[in-house]
Amino acid sequence: MFKYVKKAVEKIDGLALVTGNEKYTDDFSFDKMLYVSVLHSGYAHAQIEELDDSAARKIPGVVEILSYNNVNTILYTTAGQGFPEPSPYDTILFGKTMRFVGDNVCAVAAETKEIADIALKKIKIKYKRLKPLLNFEQSDNSKIIIHKNDGAFPKIPVYYDASKNIAAMVEAEAGDFEKAFGESKNKIEKNFYVSYASHCALEPHAAVSYIDNRGRLVIISTTQVPFHVRRIVSHVAEIPISKIRVIKPRIGGGFGGKQEVLLEPIAALVTWRTKRPAKLVYSRKEVFNSTRTRHQYKTVFKVGFQDNGIITALHLDALENSGAYGSHALTVLSNAGSKTLPLLNKIENLKFTGKGVYTNLPCGGAYRGYGATEAYFGYGQIIDMVCEATNNNIVEYYKKWSIKSGETSPIFKALGEGKEGVAMTITSSSLEECLETGSKEFHWNEKKKLYDSNFNKGKRIKRGVGMAALMQGSAIPEIDMASAYIKMNDDGSFNLNIGATDLGTGSDTILAQIAAEVLDVPVEKFIVTSSDTDFTPFDTGAYASSTTYLTGQAVKKCAENIKEQILKVGAEILGVIQNEVEIENEQVITKPGFADFRKISFAEICNYSFYQNNQFQIQATASHVSPKSPPPFAAHFVEIEVDTFTGIIKVINYVAAVDCGTPINPILAEGQAEGAIVNGISYALVENYYFSEYGKLLNDTFGKYGVYTASDIPPIKVILIDSYEETGPFGAKSISEININGPLPAIANAFFNATGKRLFKSPFTPEDVLKVLKG
Amino acid sequence: MKIKFNINSKIEELEIRPDATLLNVLRDNGFTEVKCGCSEGECGACIVLIDDKTVNSCQVLAMSAASKKIKTVKGIGTLHNPHLLQKIFASTGADQCGFCSPGMVLSAYSLLKENPNPTEKEIAEALDGNLCRCTGYVKIIEAVRRTAQIMNENLISRE
Ligand code: FES
Ligand code: FES
Repeated sequence: MFKYVKKAVEKIDGLALVTGNEKYTDDFSFDKMLYVSVLHSGYAHAQIEELDDSAARKIPGVVEILSYNNVNTILYTTAGQGFPEPSPYDTILFGKTMRFVGDNVCAVAAETKEIADIALKKIKIKYKRLKPLLNFEQSDNSKIIIHKNDGAFPKIPVYYDASKNIAAMVEAEAGDFEKAFGESKNKIEKNFYVSYASHCALEPHAAVSYIDNRGRLVIISTTQVPFHVRRIVSHVAEIPISKIRVIKPRIGGGFGGKQEVLLEPIAALVTWRTKRPAKLVYSRKEVFNSTRTRHQYKTVFKVGFQDNGIITALHLDALENSGAYGSHALTVLSNAGSKTLPLLNKIENLKFTGKGVYTNLPCGGAYRGYGATEAYFGYGQIIDMVCEATNNNIVEYYKKWSIKSGETSPIFKALGEGKEGVAMTITSSSLEECLETGSKEFHWNEKKKLYDSNFNKGKRIKRGVGMAALMQGSAIPEIDMASAYIKMNDDGSFNLNIGATDLGTGSDTILAQIAAEVLDVPVEKFIVTSSDTDFTPFDTGAYASSTTYLTGQAVKKCAENIKEQILKVGAEILGVIQNEVEIENEQVITKPGFADFRKISFAEICNYSFYQNNQFQIQATASHVSPKSPPPFAAHFVEIEVDTFTGIIKVINYVAAVDCGTPINPILAEGQAEGAIVNGISYALVENYYFSEYGKLLNDTFGKYGVYTASDIPPIKVILIDSYEETGPFGAKSISEININGPLPAIANAFFNATGKRLFKSPFTPEDVLKVLKG
Repeated sequence: MKIKFNINSKIEELEIRPDATLLNVLRDNGFTEVKCGCSEGECGACIVLIDDKTVNSCQVLAMSAASKKIKTVKGIGTLHNPHLLQKIFASTGADQCGFCSPGMVLSAYSLLKENPNPTEKEIAEALDGNLCRCTGYVKIIEAVRRTAQIMNENLISRE
């Protein structure tokens, strides 16, 4: 049994957050600080022939202007990934070619934000407009080439062909799809489309920089990846890594949108050149237009199956709109296959093909779900179609055919992140229980039976239920690394320093709980410092559902090392040998059965090691790389109402049963699931990017975009069903991403149940729903 | 020009520009607990109370609030002396990134003053102007409901 793990411990920063005490990037200001504004391209495709900033420079209060005139042309990727990045080096901080509405033109640093904004308008730019490429389905045979002779190249040896607008390509096959599909008696082939989306983290992207007392550059930033920021800023701004310190303070949500290095190099260059503090905060419009998005996708599923429903062949072909730059293009694409296809692992002939193509539209990037969300829309519906066609109960079908503990899928090895994947056997899954418990809680069988009958006949408002089973991963195996440092203090408290990045997810708290469990010390005794490249050890950052699983294991190893040291010193003080003692309640005590009971407190142990004998600092560091990426699993159930007059779909009930291994903190785990589900529902029903015929985003405000509010949400019930993952800390796996994958397929399946029609394109707007109902 | 404001029951004389929004004046003068999520009146992160009414501070001129009582989230409770709502928000998991929390807490505070026994629907409606992208609102609504319940059971003042 656990003492500090699997407990709803309050977030260690909780009270400070809700009393407004915590500081976020924009809350930091410094004397003589400059304010930076960035000019973004208004054209989707254009060549700058001349940029004249002389008039702007004359405005009193303008201090520095950065453009291609004075910033070196250095290719890089804005994707905050491990090095070498699997994303192509196709981006220049300030280039001459504008590739989407929102691309960087130049930046002004001035004494006030108002002056900087006025100066932007005084910069004279001569553009040569080029024809934009706005339809991603036409990209790879278009005459318009987005990255023409600009030197863009892949940093790792992968297929890349800028001359054909191909940013990424992935292929994998197990068995012989073509043969099996050809021989199949029953076949389904369908196309699915999912839309662009903005992360809408409530805090906009920001960076504040200054020079410290010894001439080093400090960057405070809204980043999920402080160590990657340090490395990428060093490369782009040509400042040695040793001269850069990156700090992530509190951050107002990320969801992948802040795994991108966009503002930091600009603030850094201003500060490095002027030796003055600089602040750059994006407006909401800039966040929508210029930062990164969820990729738009077309997926084509081909499936061959027997009369009893057994699928013999499945092919997923994905076309990804990478936008103007290929940030995360390759890895999101491979995840579209690697996070879906292993779920029904008994399909013998599996094929994945994918292509990411450039367009003159906003850039995709990392977004919670990371390709899996895009692919599950079709995957979850295809399975439903097979079940409907063969009279299978879909819940029983998933129970029977889903991957189980002790099983594997050839896809794990075939599809990695920019290289071959890692073969893996599943060692934990409660998916069957999730399906069982979730369907009971939801009353799946009863409701499905009711709505399958002629319940809806002749009614304006039709009801339906749908479900989907899901998986994701936990960290990137054999690539991501996390580390932790712990030292003991003389009152028996500990410093826990981790490079990991708490985005509001509560990872600072969860990691303290893990250390607390090992050392049998209350969570409050840990002073947690995170995400400061000077004071915390390396961590790849908060992405790929990794922190609890990966950093958690580093913290566990580190705490175990500390425990050994404490036991050793404790035994020395108590005058016994080390295996005669154990740890309990902040003390070292003699084990039961030892003749005369002795004990010594942690505080006394630390004091002894500081001041008395064999003096040393009790401290340890540990690193962790995972040999695998154990998937969390989930079963989602949804009930909807379709108003056949207006086309409005209303979600009236949502149940998600989730296997995240051991939930280290059940309340925080539930919160991750609830947040992801609501984002998933609004993505399914409203979120989209609408563009003008010139490629300008039209709905670039919260209001027009349509982020859900408290009154939009249906009753949502999250049920956590433990499994025990032996490679994770105290059995934990991930939970942050998986649950955003469910609403798209589950709602679409419920729509079919209600109306007998299928939705192949998201979001399911009333207009589109009416078209589908009529068609 | 210099203007006197009543912020969290203290008189502050602040240098402002006539066209400055209340949000900018507050943030520029150290009241960074008031957050900016959009500057467009659409997210509620910048909510403050003006004479006990919730207002998006990005949408009003600072001047217009000069003679009125302004309250930020620190005005209802602080780290060392938190309001019950703040305690329950923290213990219920109603705060993830916390960026929406100052505005959210103030909207909830204002609701409970007017309606000590709100239904879930009334809570959701009262929080309709506050966006939160992290929590999916489930635990936020729960926190407000629980706070109301505890206040009613123990006859705690809503101040
Ligand atoms: S910042 Fe005022 S409503 Fe968003
Ligand atoms: S907790 Fe992050 S926006 Fe609400």
